Amino acid sequence: MRLLIGTLFGLAIAAIVGLGLTYLSLTRGTAFGGLSIDSWTAWPKSGTTDADPYVRASIARSGRLPTAMGDGVSFTLQSDDEGKVLDGRCDVVISGVTPVARFWTMTLYNPDGALVANSTNRFGFTSQEIVRRSDGTFEIVVSPRASAGNWLPTGGVDRYELILRLYDTAVGVSTKAGREVPMPDVMTRSCP
Amino acid sequence: MIIRWLLLILGGVLLGGIVHLATVILLPRTATQDAYARLTPIAPVNTVVALPAPTPEKAIMPFMDPAFASAVCRYDLSQGPLKLRVPVSPAYTSVSFYTRNDVAYYAINDRAAGRRVIELDLMTTAQHDQVPEDEEITAADRLIVESPTVTGVIAIRAMAPEPGLMRAAQAAIAGARCGTAQPEPPPPAPQPQPQPRPRR
Repeated sequence: MRLLIGTLFGLAIAAIVGLGLTYLSLTRGTAFGGLSIDSWTAWPKSGTTDADPYVRASIARSGRLPTAMGDGVSFTLQSDDEGKVLDGRCDVVISGVTPVARFWTMTLYNPDGALVANSTNRFGFTSQEIVRRSDGTFEIVVSPRASAGNWLPTGGVDRYELILRLYDTAVGVSTKAGREVPMPDVMTRSCP
Repeated sequence: MIIRWLLLILGGVLLGGIVHLATVILLPRTATQDAYARLTPIAPVNTVVALPAPTPEKAIMPFMDPAFASAVCRYDLSQGPLKLRVPVSPAYTSVSFYTRNDVAYYAINDRAAGRRVIELDLMTTAQHDQVPEDEEITAADRLIVESPTVTGVIAIRAMAPEPGLMRAAQAAIAGARCGTAQPEPPPPAPQPQPQPRPRR
């Protein structure tokens, strides 16, 4: 009897620890193997056959097709430069320049990867649509309220993420964070 | 007595680590909602199917880029190699290849292809080995891509840098063809309007 209880206890711990770790590693994001520049993170290897088992499992679970190396690279943004999680009720300002690429797009998704409904049907910007300053830098205001210039509406959702996709770019597996890859600054300006 | 329970906990944690690694490695094979499974009901094998643009209410896959017109060719190489032909759009066109388990193994864009049409042959390693060498030389201008798996997905995507250019991007995608290798078929008539397909 003692042996049976002991075995069941051990197996229960194994199941909780094992499945719990799997669940956490796939839902909280795979932190290792990523290329982090400021608050932006990309997993260039997720677009290659070198993708590790965690990336593969995360891709299969989410149901997306990753951006392939040779097509481009995707940077995800979940918090601002001070580490504050992006909040759809706040005004968040994205400003600066992007790494060199033939085209880029910046798109706003809810954490499940769906576009966020809004009255203007604007879900993101492309490098060609953006209005720039005379020095080539740009500023995007991500906010629930209409704003002048490049306004990306959040629809007032609590949490969202921004994905910056660089197409036909030299940024990739061998890229290291540094001056060649300047990412835009992210500041939360005002919160109600 | 306490030592016995501590040992059981330690054993449980170690076994838990094995369970964790096993589930992570096995998950891609058991996922029922991965991209390939989502595309299966709408995309017949070895045919290019245009995907509806993602909307907040409905998207075939998560994290699709709304600035792109996209189409997929779900392929099966068991009947022979596949020929793919994609006319490029005015802005940016890319073709990405994924295995059955959604791992990207190759991608090419319009600039790398260097022509108005991206043309290539997709085959398994075994099929590539059977291609006679002299034929490979005469076909040197044709790109040959080796697929690690017999089945998989090709994603064809054309960018619309401004909303007004979406129609041109869709038209370029509509001219894309994939199919098992046959004697040169006549050039297909362009289809400016994507076929309406039943909503699920």
